[in-house]
Amino acid sequence: MSNSAKKGDWVQIHQIVLTPGERTGKIPEETKKVPLELWVKGFIQSDAAVGDTVEVVTVTGRAVSGSLAAVNPAYAYGFGDEYVPELLRIGSQARSILEEGGEQ
Amino acid sequence: MSDNSYAAVMARNSRIIKGASGIDYSLYESGGMAFDYERMMGDTGYSLADISKIQREVGVGNTPLLELRNLNALLRKIAPQGKGARIFIKDEQCNPSGSFKDRRASMSAYQARKLGYKGIAAATSGNYGAAVASQAAMRGLKCIIVQECYDSRKVGQPEILEKQRKCECLGAEVIQLSVGPELFYTFLRVLEETGYFNASLYSTFGIAGVETLGFEIAQQCKDLLGRTPDYVVATQAGGGNLTGTARGLIKAGAVNTKVYGASVDLAGLHMASDRDFNRKSFTTGHTGFGVPYATDPDHSDVPRSAARTLRYMDEYVLVKQGEVFYMTEVLAQLEGMERGPAGNTSLAAAFALAQTLPADNIVVVQETEYTGAGKHPLPQLAFARENGIEVRFGDPETEVAGTSIILPEHPSLMRARYFDMNKLRKSYIRNAVRHAGASRATEQDVVFLAAETKATKAFVVDALRELGVEAALT
Ligand SMILES: Cc1ncc(COP(=O)(O)O)c(C=O)c1O
Repeated sequence: MSNSAKKGDWVQIHQIVLTPGERTGKIPEETKKVPLELWVKGFIQSDAAVGDTVEVVTVTGRAVSGSLAAVNPAYAYGFGDEYVPELLRIGSQARSILEEGGEQ
Repeated sequence: MSDNSYAAVMARNSRIIKGASGIDYSLYESGGMAFDYERMMGDTGYSLADISKIQREVGVGNTPLLELRNLNALLRKIAPQGKGARIFIKDEQCNPSGSFKDRRASMSAYQARKLGYKGIAAATSGNYGAAVASQAAMRGLKCIIVQECYDSRKVGQPEILEKQRKCECLGAEVIQLSVGPELFYTFLRVLEETGYFNASLYSTFGIAGVETLGFEIAQQCKDLLGRTPDYVVATQAGGGNLTGTARGLIKAGAVNTKVYGASVDLAGLHMASDRDFNRKSFTTGHTGFGVPYATDPDHSDVPRSAARTLRYMDEYVLVKQGEVFYMTEVLAQLEGMERGPAGNTSLAAAFALAQTLPADNIVVVQETEYTGAGKHPLPQLAFARENGIEVRFGDPETEVAGTSIILPEHPSLMRARYFDMNKLRKSYIRNAVRHAGASRATEQDVVFLAAETKATKAFVVDALRELGVEAALT
């Protein structure tokens, strides 16, 4: 993934919405210790490098500023990095119960 | 320039929400605990027939009701003699964005368009985002979805990441946030800045939109079986699914059908915890939403939620994460239906319940949802393992949420765990007293609380007395 963007590129930006000190009282300690963060995507309005403060225009036409987080961000999840072999057993067990003749 | 600090925006909360829905909720208040729920629902201005017509325009609803023949055969193999009710499933994944949430979104989008809003916004990390995005696209509205998505390491649940993708691919802007209830603050700022319609999950339009689901189930059962179902099982989170379905069943005359809620048991995990956030494998349909929304429905993004579970729920059944993954796999392998996670929560509950019911009973699982990358058991279980959760076969009874996922060693180990309904009812009453700051209750309050909790007036009076609140009955 590129570390720099040209004006007009599709990017993701990042903002701190609330610092730990600004968070509400009603949340667990581990959440209170970290900021409330925000990410949004849009078309960047100037050339910039990751980490720079930039402005984007989102698909609804909003102008939002924040620090450049990613350029052409991909959807990176899928079906897991490793197969879960336990799943194989479920269907074959169910079928073999069905195939056993008569009632139990 | 207005003051956009947390305190200032939250102080403008009711003004922002009123402007973003066109509903004056104060019309329905009594001044005490009671409010006029039925009048509020009636004021949408749409009849069930109107709603059905609006939904047909955009391909929503009229989904098939299917008998799960192989799964029912499996059920009868393991159920005691004479037991093993027939399970039918309403294939809600056939809706345009892949879940029943289209029914909800369709009415908000229609209303927003009618009132002349330029766009709609919703706060949701679930299937509802995709539904709103899809309906917005069909109605030519702009759309912003605000989702709770990442922990402080910027690690996101694969299922939520898939919902982000789907919203974006349907043309919506998605604002992603880290964990925390202050999401509501960001959402209010979005509503204020854009002037968009709040397509709240809990609005009257949303819930009225789900009524067609219950109505269709009753009609389809009458057509297919000559009678209404004995049980309908609904996955319960915020409660709109169950509420709307139950109201639709009643409108179709299925007044004897028992409505059961089902949630995944996530006891011990805190919903606003940065640490627990990625230690759960279900992002909805779990007790972390199901219990608080049932017992305190009015803590959402509207002053009075139209989703009021305890009015309609006969029993509340809990299942384990491992059991739902197991059923998801059985549904794929025996019925050839790959379907998503939340819908299968009610299927897992129905499978356990049906084993205890007479063989001539009819149980309807009222939804399915789409699945695929991020949502399938493969990415979910792989993600759980990466986060240190133990995944293995065994007795699901021993599963500890956040620590283990226990897939049943045998289908006979699937269980329906009944939550204490009276505990839920009392908790609801305690919250109602607290919100109103009530020290005494009028006859109107007691009648209201009895309807709200599907309990007798005597039960309500006793529960109030335990809280030190005297009821003045006439
Ligand atoms: C597919 C699916 N089923 C059930 C539910 C539960 O619905 P509700 O929040 O209305 O209780 C949700 C949403 O949370 C969902 O996305």
